[in-house]
Amino acid sequence: MATVRPLGRIARLGSGICRNHRFFLNRSPQRRGIASCVDPAHGLTDEQREFQKVAFDFAANEMAPHMAEWDQKELFPVETMRKAAQLGFGGIYVQPDVGGSGLSRLDTSVIFEALSTGCVSTTAYISIHNMCAWMIDTFGNTEQREKFCPQLCSMEKFASYCLTEPGSGSDAASLLTTAQLKGDHYILNGSKAFISGGGDTDVYVVMCRTGGKGAKGISCLVVEKGTPGLHFGKKEKKMGWNSQPTRAVIFEDCAVPVTNRLGEEGQGFNIAMKGLNGGRINIASCSLGAAHASVQLARDHLLVRKQFGETLSNNQFLQFKLAEMATKLVASRLLVREAATALQENRPDAVSLCAMAKLFVTDECFNICNQALQMHGGYGYLKDYAVQQFVRDIRVHQILEGTNEVMRMIISRNLLTESS
Amino acid sequence: MSGRVLVGVKRVIDYAVKIRVKPDKSSVVTDGVKHSMNPFCEIAVEEAVKMKEKKLIKEVVAVSCGPQQAQETIRTALAMGADRGIHVEVTGKDYETLGPLQISKIMAALAKKEEAQLIILGKQAIDDDCNQTGQMTAALLDWPQGTFASEVSLEGDKIKVVREVDGGLETIKINIPAVITADLRLNTPRYATLPNIMKAKKKKIANMKPADLGVDITSRLEVLRVDEPPQRQAGVKVETVEDLVSKLKEAGLV
Repeated sequence: MATVRPLGRIARLGSGICRNHRFFLNRSPQRRGIASCVDPAHGLTDEQREFQKVAFDFAANEMAPHMAEWDQKELFPVETMRKAAQLGFGGIYVQPDVGGSGLSRLDTSVIFEALSTGCVSTTAYISIHNMCAWMIDTFGNTEQREKFCPQLCSMEKFASYCLTEPGSGSDAASLLTTAQLKGDHYILNGSKAFISGGGDTDVYVVMCRTGGKGAKGISCLVVEKGTPGLHFGKKEKKMGWNSQPTRAVIFEDCAVPVTNRLGEEGQGFNIAMKGLNGGRINIASCSLGAAHASVQLARDHLLVRKQFGETLSNNQFLQFKLAEMATKLVASRLLVREAATALQENRPDAVSLCAMAKLFVTDECFNICNQALQMHGGYGYLKDYAVQQFVRDIRVHQILEGTNEVMRMIISRNLLTESS
Repeated sequence: MSGRVLVGVKRVIDYAVKIRVKPDKSSVVTDGVKHSMNPFCEIAVEEAVKMKEKKLIKEVVAVSCGPQQAQETIRTALAMGADRGIHVEVTGKDYETLGPLQISKIMAALAKKEEAQLIILGKQAIDDDCNQTGQMTAALLDWPQGTFASEVSLEGDKIKVVREVDGGLETIKINIPAVITADLRLNTPRYATLPNIMKAKKKKIANMKPADLGVDITSRLEVLRVDEPPQRQAGVKVETVEDLVSKLKEAGLV
């Protein structure tokens, strides 16, 4: 069954005559990327533009109208995400033989950037889900791929990525959740913190300790919801990302079959880090989408709001500020797309470039959204206006998937290691 | 009926764009402006694809007339489920003066060449709002027409069309072959899916020129001037009903 679009967006065509009236009250028309120097379609192939168009249309019709409600009511938009999955967004870079769309990292970045203009929080969760599906697709054996990937790609089941613990965030390799081998099962004990989707999702990709200390003692297990001994903490109250629940995931003598281990024992940390490289590009892409939408909103506001007898767009300070925002936006976009290409081609600089992209883009885009809020004046602070939600939602991008401080560690290590 | 459907798709300025008139008042600005498929054409494509999915027709052919960029619009139709495309190349001055009469001639010629049994078009394009192409095409082919369709159903060798007219809804039954023009409520167009966009790359788009179809596209119309609608004037507040009536009388309205 094909996914259909609501009539709302073409309400304007009622008589086909009154083109200059905007019949809809939501803000989505302005996010269609009209100002040309920041048009995200530049430099893309025709096919990528098609992907981008679908993502933008989906974001404008299915997500943007609900973005504020999902945030205020803390709703996990399962039906909307499943509609997205029907279009192929459930496993964008997962291989087609298990239900994925088989696209490149660059295609993925373009898609998440566009979807984010509709709702950052939901898109960010979709990107985490995609990351988990990819990990199983890439490191799983045939049985695991066939068991989990099709249902993840269709979003019949949802996934969560479990690495962080109360005692190990940036120092991820020091994680304490243990997995003791007993016969043909691992017995898990420990807890994970800040797990996106935790409690509402079905498949948990868990990094746990099967061996000795450090990264080499860590393995990756897939734990299914309903497994005895799998519990969840309370739902966290967050500044943003409210359309996805965040909970602690607790293991108490939780028995997981050995057949659910991805790859070999001791390979878990490596799998986790490889997942994160792509995850960082995805999160940076989400920041890009928010910044793009915010620049559009700021621009539209400047053209409308009048003070001192003229529109704000005549004020040179604001013109210059907008130009700086646009420049940083385009610079960020180029860096993310280059990192995506590097990762796709497995280039030697891929890991560093992903870290650089995540560092630069999440910081710059937060500043762009923040500036856009400032340009709205008092209105920017009201929840009636979308710009505050973009600011709140992308603030966390500077923290998760590796803090921007950890990104600096990765980059400096690459620079200062003797052999490079 | 198990035949071929031609669907005309037009590349127009995107519905969300703010239109600007060129300083020389000759036309609207199109350079660097976002374009997309005419929304009524999307509805037409969706209807054709649905018929194919119900196995009522065999093949959906998307047709567009214009410069190189018209191929993007055809690709969108292919991504929605059309089987192949035909790009009738019209560029430069010829493209600027291309209108419903020329398109109708091209569609009529293609319908004969492709032995189509049904032509589905959007009821009008959102740039010129002509609402003529469907009707003219039917006239040139001497085919029946079901315009402003909000419901279409195939019944043997006839088509039942529910039309949205000023007085309400009119239901007609017309013979096949026929021309249908799609109105807003006919269906809700699907999103192209990522796999379909990729499959669309492999579908063929044939290239041809109007001359290849024996069609003369010289225009019989000349656009003299394009203006923006007048700025909305501020109103005047009146104190009493007598004032209101006298002002209306002054304006010659009562």
